[in-house]
Amino acid sequence: MRGISKSFGAVAACRGVDLALAEGDILGLLGENGAGKTTLMNILFGTYAADAGTIAIDGREVSIADSADALKLGVGMVHQHFHLVPKHTVLENLLVGRPGRSGALTKRKVIDALAALGRDFHINLDPHAPVARLSIGEQQRVEIAKALIRGARILILDEPTATLTPREAQGLFRALRAMTAKGIGVIFISHKLGEVLELTNRIAVMRHGALVAERGNDGALSKAELARLMCGRELDPPQKPKVALGPALLELGHVSTAGNGRVALREVSLGVRAGEILGIAGVSGNGQRELADLVAGVLAPESGTIAVSGEMVLDPSPRRMQALKVGRVPEDRLATGMISSLSLAESMALPWITKAPFSRGGVLDRGAIRRFAESQIQGFDIRTSGPEARTGTLSGGNLQKALLARELAMQPRLLVAAQPTRGIDIGATEFVHRQLLELRARGGAVLLISEDLEELFALSDRIAVLYSGRIMADLPIERATVERVGLLMAGVEERP
Amino acid sequence: MIRLRLERRTDTPVWMQIVLPIAAVVLALLICSVLVAMAGAPVLDAYSYLFLSTFQTFYDVQDTLVKASPLIWTGLAVAVAFRAKFWNIGAEGQLIAGAMASAFIGQRAFLPEITLIPLMLLGAMAAGAAWALIPALLKVKLKVDDVVTTLLANSIMLYGLMALLEGPWKDPVSNYPNSPVIREAAQFPILIGDTLHMGVAISIIAAIIVWWLMERTTTGFAIKAVGANPQAASYAGFSVGKVMLTAAAISGALAGLAGAGEVGGIRYQVVSDVSSGYGYAGIVIATLADLNPLGVIPAALFFAVIMNGADAMSRETGVPVYLANVIQGVALLTMVAGRLFTLYRLRITRREVAHG
Repeated sequence: MRGISKSFGAVAACRGVDLALAEGDILGLLGENGAGKTTLMNILFGTYAADAGTIAIDGREVSIADSADALKLGVGMVHQHFHLVPKHTVLENLLVGRPGRSGALTKRKVIDALAALGRDFHINLDPHAPVARLSIGEQQRVEIAKALIRGARILILDEPTATLTPREAQGLFRALRAMTAKGIGVIFISHKLGEVLELTNRIAVMRHGALVAERGNDGALSKAELARLMCGRELDPPQKPKVALGPALLELGHVSTAGNGRVALREVSLGVRAGEILGIAGVSGNGQRELADLVAGVLAPESGTIAVSGEMVLDPSPRRMQALKVGRVPEDRLATGMISSLSLAESMALPWITKAPFSRGGVLDRGAIRRFAESQIQGFDIRTSGPEARTGTLSGGNLQKALLARELAMQPRLLVAAQPTRGIDIGATEFVHRQLLELRARGGAVLLISEDLEELFALSDRIAVLYSGRIMADLPIERATVERVGLLMAGVEERP
Repeated sequence: MIRLRLERRTDTPVWMQIVLPIAAVVLALLICSVLVAMAGAPVLDAYSYLFLSTFQTFYDVQDTLVKASPLIWTGLAVAVAFRAKFWNIGAEGQLIAGAMASAFIGQRAFLPEITLIPLMLLGAMAAGAAWALIPALLKVKLKVDDVVTTLLANSIMLYGLMALLEGPWKDPVSNYPNSPVIREAAQFPILIGDTLHMGVAISIIAAIIVWWLMERTTTGFAIKAVGANPQAASYAGFSVGKVMLTAAAISGALAGLAGAGEVGGIRYQVVSDVSSGYGYAGIVIATLADLNPLGVIPAALFFAVIMNGADAMSRETGVPVYLANVIQGVALLTMVAGRLFTLYRLRITRREVAHG
C-alpha cells in the first residue's frame, strides 16, 4: 500500500500511509482509537475507496472496489464483530456467499478443507455444530476458516483478542504462527501491547492517520516505547495511594436471580466499602453482566438483600439506584448506555433529563443540557465536533469518557463500572483508570467488573472471582496472584 | 467500468431534510409520468391540471386547506406513534372513533350550546386514544404485533360504524345510512369564505404544539428515546411500557381530532366514508415529513393538492383519478429509499477489471 489517503468530511483518517507485508509476516498494527488503523484495513478489504494512493499485491497494482474483489485477490478480514448466522451450522456458515459456478464450494470440499485447516493450523471445528453453541473463540475460528477457505493469503484480524480468554488467545496465536509458516501474511490490529510484542515480527504504529513508526520486532522494543509512539507522549501510570476505608456502600447478601435465558446469580454475597475498589474477575458470560444489571437496578433479585449506603433496597429500579447515588457505567456503551441517534448532549443528560436543571415542570431547558455537555466535553477532553454531534459518531474511547463524565457529574458514592476500558486505547484507558482512582480517593466505592486481569490487578483493593453465577473467592489484592485468579476463573475450587 | 458504492456518513447535513422529500416527490412524479403517458394524455398538461387547478379560485384554495386538515391530524398522529416505534397503522379507525364520538356528543339535546364544540373535541380525543390504547396495551403487555392489531382494528371500527348506521343510529329523517345531523351550535364556525372552518386552524396550531411537545418537553424526549433504543431508555430509568402507551394515546387522540374536524366542520353527521383513507395517507405524510410535526403541514398540503387536483385532471385529460393514489404510494417508496442518503453518501469509483 502506497500513499494511501482517506478523508471523512474534514477529518483525515489516513494521510499518505505506506505499508508493506511480506509472505509469512505477522505485522502488528498499533494505534489509538481513531488513529486510522481500521480505515486503512477497510481500504485494503474494499469497504472504503481511498482518496489517493495505490495498492499492489504480488507486485501488481490492483483495484479493490469491494470485498468480493478483495477475496478474489486473496485478502481476508476477520472483523471485531463476527458476521455469522448463529442458528446455522459451521458448514452452512462457510457455504454462505460461496462463489458460484466454476470452482464452487461444495459441502464435500468444505469438509475436506476444514480437516486440512485442523491438520495444518490447529483450527479444529465440528462442521455440523450450530454456531450459536460455539464459544467466542470457536466462532472466531469459523471466521478465520471462512477467509482461508476462500483462498486468503493476507489475513487481517481486527482486535481479535478483545473478547477471548487468555487461553483462547494462546490458541489463536498458535494457529497464526502455523499459518505464517505456510507463507500467509497476517495483519494483527490490537491495543494490547504485550501480545503484539509476543506474537508479531514487525510492528507498525499509526497516529492521527499517519504511520509514525515501522520497526522489526527484534526484542529491542519495549512496551513503554510503543506506548510513547502511539500517544506521542510519555504515559504516566496512575498511582494507587492508601485510602482509609469508610462504611460499606454496597452490600449484597445471598442474592440469587432467576435465569430466564440469562446466567443466574447464585447466593452472591459481597460488599464494597468507601474508599475501596472491588474488582470482579471472570470469563465473560459467568454472571458479570447480571451482577452489573443487579446493582444498576435493571435486574431484580429473586432472593437475598441489596443495601446501598446502609439502606435496604427492596424495590430496585434504575431511578431508585440513581437516587441512592449509584453511578452506572454499563458494558455496552451504545446499546445500553447512550442512544446513537440522539445528540451527544441529549445522551449525556439521558438519565437525569426529568430533573432540574435539565428540565422544569416537564419542559426541557436545552441551554442547560448543552452547557452541561460542553463543560463535560472540556473537562474530560472528549473529542467530538460538539454537543450536537450524533452520539453514534463518537469513537469508543470518547463514548466511554462521555459516559463516565455523565455518571461522575452526579457525584456518585458508588460506581458500577462494567468493562470500562474494553476496546478503547491506552490513552483513554489511562484516563478512565485515573478517574476511578480519584473517586476512590474521594471516599467513593467502585465495583469494577472487568475481563482484563492487568487492569484488575492494577486498580483493585480486593478481587472477587465470578464463575457460573457464583463468587468463587474474595481475595485481598496482596493474596491474589494471576495464577490463583486464573484457576478460580476456570472454576477450580480452592480447598480451605 | 464505473461503480457506485455507499459510504456511511458521520453526520447528516441540514439541507437534506428539505431537499430529500422534494427530490422524493419529483422522482415519484417522474415515475408516474409513465402511467400518465400510458393513459394517453400529455404528461405536462395532466400534471399542470393536477397541481394548478387547485389554485384557480379562492374557493379552490379553501377547499385544499379543508382537505389538508384531516391529513395534518393523521400525519401528526402517525409521526408521534412512529417516533416511539409504535407502528400505528390504525389512524383510520381512530379517526372514525373520533368522528362517532363527536357526532354523538354534537346531537345531545341536553348539553348547553357553549359546551358542545369543546366536548366534541374532548370526546373525539378520548375515543381515538382509547381505540389506539387497545393495540398498544396488547403490544406492551403481551407483545402482540402492533402492525397487525392496529390494521385489523380499522376494519372492526369501520364495519361497526356501518352496522350502527344501518340500524340503531340511522337518521330517521333521511332514512339514508347516515347518522342524524348534529345540532347547529355544534357545527364549527366558518372562519373565512364559505368552507374554511375552525378545525383547519386548530389542526395547524396543533402541528406547532406537537412539535413543541416532541422537541421541548420531557414527554417528547422520552418518546424519542424509547423509540430509538428501548434498552438504553429503560437503563436510564424510563418506563418503556408507559412511554409507549403515552405515545399511543397522543397518537390516537390526534387521529380522533381528524374525525371531529370532518364531522363538526364539513359533514355535520357521520357517514361510512367519513375518512376516505386519511388514516393511511397519514402514514405517507408522516414519512415524507421524516416524522417532524412541522414538516407534516407541507406534506399534508401536497397531498390535499393532488387529491383535489386529480378530479380536474381526470375531467380534462381522461387520466383516471386513481393516479393520485399511485403518486402517494410511489412517493412513500421513493422517500423511504431516499432516507438511505441521510445515513450514507454515494461515491462513484472507477475500476479496472480486478487482477488475479
